[in-house]
Amino acid sequence: MATILDPKKDSKIPDGPLADKWKNYKDHQKLVNPANKRRLDVIVVGTGLAGGSAAASLGEMGFNVLNFCIQDSPRRAHSIAAQGGINGAKNYQNDGDSVYRLFYDTIKGGDYRAREANVYRMAEVSNNIIDQCVAQGVPFAREYGGLLDNRSFGGSQVSRTFYAKGQTGQQLLLGAYSSLSRQVQKGSVKLYTRYEMLDLVIIDGKARGIIARNLVTGKIERFSAHAVVVGTGGYGNAFFLSTNAMGSNGSAAIQCYKKGAYFANPCFAQIHPTCIPVHGEFQSKLTLMSESLRNDGRIWVPKKKEDAEAIRAGKLKPTQLKEEDRDYYLERRYPAFGNLVPRDVASRAAKERCDAGFGVGGTGLAVYLDFSDAIKRLGKDTVEAKYGNLFQMYDKIVDDNPYETPMMIYPAIHYTMGGVWVDYELMTSIPGCFFIGEANFSDHGANRLGASALMQGLADGYFVLPYTIQNYLSDQITVPRFSTELPEFQQAEDDVNKKIAKLMSIKGTRSVDSIHKELGLIMWDFVGMGRTKESLEKAIEDIKKVKKEFWSNVRIPGEASTLNVELEKALRVADFLEIGYLMAIDGLSRNESCGGHFREEYQTPEGEALRRDDEYAYVSCWKFTGEDQEPELIKEPLDYEFVVRQQRNYKA
Amino acid sequence: MDKTINITLKVWRQRGPKERGAFESYKLDGISVDTSFLEMLDIQNEILINQGQEPIVFDHDCREGICGMCSLYINGHPHGPDEDITTCQLHMRKFKDGETITIEPWRSAGFPVIRDLMVDRTAFDKIIQAGGYTSINAGGAQDANAIPISKEDADEAMDSASCIGCGACVAACKNGSAMLFLSAKVSQLALLPQGRVEAAKRAKSMVAKMDELGFGNCTNTGACEVECPKNISISNIARLNREFITAKFKD
Repeated sequence: MATILDPKKDSKIPDGPLADKWKNYKDHQKLVNPANKRRLDVIVVGTGLAGGSAAASLGEMGFNVLNFCIQDSPRRAHSIAAQGGINGAKNYQNDGDSVYRLFYDTIKGGDYRAREANVYRMAEVSNNIIDQCVAQGVPFAREYGGLLDNRSFGGSQVSRTFYAKGQTGQQLLLGAYSSLSRQVQKGSVKLYTRYEMLDLVIIDGKARGIIARNLVTGKIERFSAHAVVVGTGGYGNAFFLSTNAMGSNGSAAIQCYKKGAYFANPCFAQIHPTCIPVHGEFQSKLTLMSESLRNDGRIWVPKKKEDAEAIRAGKLKPTQLKEEDRDYYLERRYPAFGNLVPRDVASRAAKERCDAGFGVGGTGLAVYLDFSDAIKRLGKDTVEAKYGNLFQMYDKIVDDNPYETPMMIYPAIHYTMGGVWVDYELMTSIPGCFFIGEANFSDHGANRLGASALMQGLADGYFVLPYTIQNYLSDQITVPRFSTELPEFQQAEDDVNKKIAKLMSIKGTRSVDSIHKELGLIMWDFVGMGRTKESLEKAIEDIKKVKKEFWSNVRIPGEASTLNVELEKALRVADFLEIGYLMAIDGLSRNESCGGHFREEYQTPEGEALRRDDEYAYVSCWKFTGEDQEPELIKEPLDYEFVVRQQRNYKA
Repeated sequence: MDKTINITLKVWRQRGPKERGAFESYKLDGISVDTSFLEMLDIQNEILINQGQEPIVFDHDCREGICGMCSLYINGHPHGPDEDITTCQLHMRKFKDGETITIEPWRSAGFPVIRDLMVDRTAFDKIIQAGGYTSINAGGAQDANAIPISKEDADEAMDSASCIGCGACVAACKNGSAMLFLSAKVSQLALLPQGRVEAAKRAKSMVAKMDELGFGNCTNTGACEVECPKNISISNIARLNREFITAKFKD
């Protein structure tokens, strides 16, 4: 019998009606007075939208912050690559939006596998985020009257997405980075760039520091604090090819998991429908084309198989195909939402058409995203103003002009809804260890809606964690600073050194990348868009083999005691192997389809995801039980108080 | 099958900031023209690793032209021969069969080499820390639509804000000046009412920091604008100069 978490006691969901929970929490939580804040150290790992905004906010409040990132500057965090926009329930367009509607769309979009209270809180603070960013000087798109413009995104019927061209993530991150820089100047935040966290240090059951490697010198260093906040993003790179940055990794999550933090819903990974298709075996990453393109682009494949074959063979051009020979399959299947169905639905529909033999491109693994109607309707200039940078990006990569021929797109791994389990206060099952942004599991359920990742990262960093962390730190004010000479630090550093020494000593024959690619193929083939009991069982066996291969045959040139990029990659791949395994066993344990988790055995007669609320309306929390031991499954029931679960319907 | 080319790489290898560097040559055959430039380097590195040698170190991360991490000086141009892109967006179709490709790090007093093609750009962070922000704490903002901003100003601010902080402008400049980078941030904030309040102070303190960090002066050669992967205009420098002079007059 699995352990069951109690929503009140363990998840700390506050009392009261949905709309009052966050207010009730803030009204009654404990705070730390200004004089005491200075005496408290907080480590923040990561400088993206979540980590950067949290570090800046904690610094503004007066805490002493140590902020780490693996890149050369906080501004490089991968949040910077988010394109389309950020949601906010401002209802500036007077089109019927509200906090409740943003909450409801997010819960429904997540296929009813997120916590109601968390999601409502995120929707509630979404408006503060927009205000904050504008005050920072984020140049959001504006109308001629000088007011903010909005566009619509998948999974909603209102226009609530604020954007800065196709570079919204960049502008929001630079906003957070500017606030962070201001605190660095003031001395409340100390930056550690080109540092990578390698372990969490626990003293008397509480998170009290980290072990990190200086990536330039190779030196292993110790850092102590009263609390540790982790905002290191998602683990999509377990698939090797993804839209994540090359350095994006899930290692901090795995380190904390192995120290007692639960890993929640690992199998919930999002496959984004509009990415540039794979071109060859040396491909290093996949490039996303913003979901915003689906506002004006129409997705289609040929209606007839012979046309698809002719296109694949290069004998027919898409522009030669008559209107009646095109199958706008999203508009056909989902008349109400059309090309703006949620990402999981759009991705599966593309896979279905390609698997059925209607795919285009050299490989047959691509569909068209066509702007010819939009260009006719709006003019080329308007289309260019809206999407110019995305069109240019496509042209540079594919060497094809999307103003003239339709873009080719195919789904790719993009975002992970799963992550380290946190309670309402964003604290993990390790006291004093907090997870924020994509790194935690909390707000998107089984599928994230477009323009909600930026919202969640900044909600956590600017407006949630700065409150909730005080409830924890309030009784830490008499705790003096910790010496890094304590035996717990020594032990953690020894463990890290042992792990590195082991990796360096293998001296095998295979590069880290070659093994990472092997893992990625297993993940894509067997833990990808469509999963079955058999495929997941195969993945579990295959991952075990790759793990064995890695630990006996990896080759890392150079020394550990200096800059060593291959060692950095090896440490991350070692953890991706653990994550891949967790994703597979989690997917196997969840005998239903929901959001990004599509078990082919569980679908409706129309091929939609078939949820099984009677048995699976819970969060799967995996507890580490030892190296190479099966983790224990703990369940957090998702008892909905306010929303009635329905089968998601984007048809009518 | 894709079209392929054979190339020779001449790559700058340097163990550390204080060590002497030198070019090393590598022959690379059968590279698909659809491969990106960094994927080509991945292929070269895979060969080196399989020979038990240390791979060529270079900075890169997002590989979609936005993080600003990649930084190679290719055949005499920051980010290579193609226009309006970063190194990670450069593709091998821009090179000819049999070509020798020279790859160097950014070379500037402000950006010391860490290893091979990787340089230290911490100086850019320090310039931003000197004033590249509005002084607003989280929670203190008014409604986002309270101050209308003309679309022209918002769009112009957005163009300035597109800077990715890669440092190509410094690498391209014969004086090693960081004026394009600095002026883009000063312009963005000076164009918006939210940033106007501190505009004068910002311009002065950021310029002072740039001088202190060893970057050169601007002599209007315009090389920065030409090489900027994001098309940041040197009109930003003109605006910075106006802000700077106004600030000095007020002193």
